[in-house]
Amino acid sequence: MSDPKTPKPVSGPNRRAVLAGGTALTASLFMPKELRAQDFPTAEVNTTGLAVTDDTVTVGILHSVTGTMAISETGSVQAEKLAISQINEQGGILGRKIEFIQEDGASDWPTFAEKARKLLVNDKVASVMGCWTSASRKAVLPVFEQHNGFLYYPTFYEGLEQSPNVIYTGQEATQQIIAGLDWVSETKGAKSFYLLGSDYIWPRTSNKIARKHIENFLEGSEVVGEEYYPLGHTQFNSVINKIRLRKPDVIYAIVVGGSNVAFYKQLKAAGIDPAGESPLVLTISVTEDEIRGIGGENIEGTYACMKYFQSLENENNQAFVSAFKEMWGDDIVIGDVTQAAYLGPWLWKAAVEKAGSFDVDKVREASPGIEMTTAPEGYVKIHENHHLWSKTRVGRAQADGQYDVVFETAELVEPDPFPEGYQ
Amino acid sequence: MFSGYSMGELGAIFAMQGFAGLILFSVFVLMALGLAIIFGQMGVINMAHGEFMILGAYVTYLTSNVFSAYMPELFGIYFFVAMFLAFIASGLLGLLVEWGLIRHLYARPLDTLLATWGLSLILQQTYRSVFGAREVGVTIPNWMMGSLPLTDLIEVPINGIFVMVLATGISLAVYILMFRSSWGLQVRAIGQNRTMADAVGINTAWTDRLTFGIGCGVAGVAGSAFTMIGSTGPTAGQLYIVDTFLVVVFGGAGSLLGTIASAFSISQAQSIMEFFLSGSMAKVLTLLVVVGILMIRPQGLFSLKLRK
Repeated sequence: MSDPKTPKPVSGPNRRAVLAGGTALTASLFMPKELRAQDFPTAEVNTTGLAVTDDTVTVGILHSVTGTMAISETGSVQAEKLAISQINEQGGILGRKIEFIQEDGASDWPTFAEKARKLLVNDKVASVMGCWTSASRKAVLPVFEQHNGFLYYPTFYEGLEQSPNVIYTGQEATQQIIAGLDWVSETKGAKSFYLLGSDYIWPRTSNKIARKHIENFLEGSEVVGEEYYPLGHTQFNSVINKIRLRKPDVIYAIVVGGSNVAFYKQLKAAGIDPAGESPLVLTISVTEDEIRGIGGENIEGTYACMKYFQSLENENNQAFVSAFKEMWGDDIVIGDVTQAAYLGPWLWKAAVEKAGSFDVDKVREASPGIEMTTAPEGYVKIHENHHLWSKTRVGRAQADGQYDVVFETAELVEPDPFPEGYQ
Repeated sequence: MFSGYSMGELGAIFAMQGFAGLILFSVFVLMALGLAIIFGQMGVINMAHGEFMILGAYVTYLTSNVFSAYMPELFGIYFFVAMFLAFIASGLLGLLVEWGLIRHLYARPLDTLLATWGLSLILQQTYRSVFGAREVGVTIPNWMMGSLPLTDLIEVPINGIFVMVLATGISLAVYILMFRSSWGLQVRAIGQNRTMADAVGINTAWTDRLTFGIGCGVAGVAGSAFTMIGSTGPTAGQLYIVDTFLVVVFGGAGSLLGTIASAFSISQAQSIMEFFLSGSMAKVLTLLVVVGILMIRPQGLFSLKLRK
């Protein structure tokens, strides 16, 4: 485990190759060096009729700011706006200021598809930062593939997807699950696991991967229960009794939304305090955002497996957190997905500048191998499969609503959206 | 599934599971009582019921903030003040809504459904604008959050007991109001024959308004109590609305006793099935059984005998 206080600026596989090819690129990316628009004539950088003028380029932001998902997606919108304003302060992209058109998906998947079509066909945006749930991503996917748009998708998700028109800035399932299970098995000696989730694709796929890993790769470990509750379920006393009967070492919980609050409050009220670590509670669905609703005192001691925590101690993150608070207020909290959303505009800028063009085909071609040394989570790099190399970390929830980072992988974890042996 | 457990362990688990069923029963009663008053006595389908509950939850949130800022030494008892304020706030909003919206739609039940659904969207967006899209965390006094260990295995959650006591108390209060007060007599008279009630001098407009207000106020108290076990966010009310209607319709509109009987049977069925099957499966089976029974008995479990 490397010291989180002194993150290596460049690490991970292929770093020599990247260094050789990418030094000029990284320099141009993150030093505020002026790229002048007249060096990049609009006719050359935009051959496909995108919304690019001599001094502006338009992108789309497509999230739910109304409806049930607004609770989660608000942070992503804020992060993307912050990144865009910072890029503009540094002179924009190829000398052009970024303007954005924000559309509201309204927590409704057909609306997402309709707004995506509007952004791509009417507004001709050069790229889109957006979507949060897998359902909304699946809804817009055919639109992006038909009209050759380019989407930066921020959420950790179940994997099993790799579109030429999407860059996935969150973790796919194996990146989030395996390192955490290994950690709890090695350092806590956990042998028996109780899998619990809300009843839809992400928790089910994630628990499937978790089960395969526990049964096939962790010596002597077993799954003693697996259970799903409908989205929005608010009564968990029965499952808590079942957990008590099974006496697992670990409750592996992928409960989401309002159910999350109910689950942790009832768990504590039933006398299973996560802080006691018997059983230990490990989750991949509770970020700092969710803790605000649950209440730090109710979830203290729960372990979460993420790639980013607001409390990460490195210079990038300190700068990010203070810029975020300056823009959006002091009492804001930043969760894993919010940070991943922040990466979107920066990765797009890097790809555009590497390609020397806004054309989607050229940006796509330039994307694999793009690295970002200023990411709040540390160094990340785009894989051939359009996902990010990133580290996996485990944090312990504290009463103040922040996570105390107790573990991080030594190396970047390779994204593997179609994991063999896990399906 | 029970091999390898001693009789003592099994006994303890069944005792706790029974208790879980009772807590669920109390939660259902709290959710449904306000709606049963409004739907049962007035025939108004109030789709905004969940949002009236969440208003109560937000009032609790505000009260907890005020107490922790100005009267930290009284924080342990703020919850009772909060429940009272929740009743007042939701009740007043109910009176206002009845005056501005519902009273124009008494003869048109389908229109009240649409109007109150619209109201629920408006309220959700208002909460979102005022309190933010994210859920707020309501701090519960410590004494209400723990559990009482009865034996090594049996632990009784204190908030569960609290919800049970509250449900019993509110049921009793509603019963007394309905069947032992002159207001209740008037409400029942209007429910049976509005024109006749009007003719004998009952102020039907005011009685309707008060009924709607009290129904909403009870919803507010329920919402306040649910901050202990659930989430407080702009759309959290939607989590409760389906179960609430299920309980009221299954019990038979117009019968408070029916509502309580239906809450009991649904909660016990669900809690027992949840233990033996998965959570989603239990929900599906519960709904199937309810639908089946409603096909045979469309009027619900209990119904008033009406002269046709």
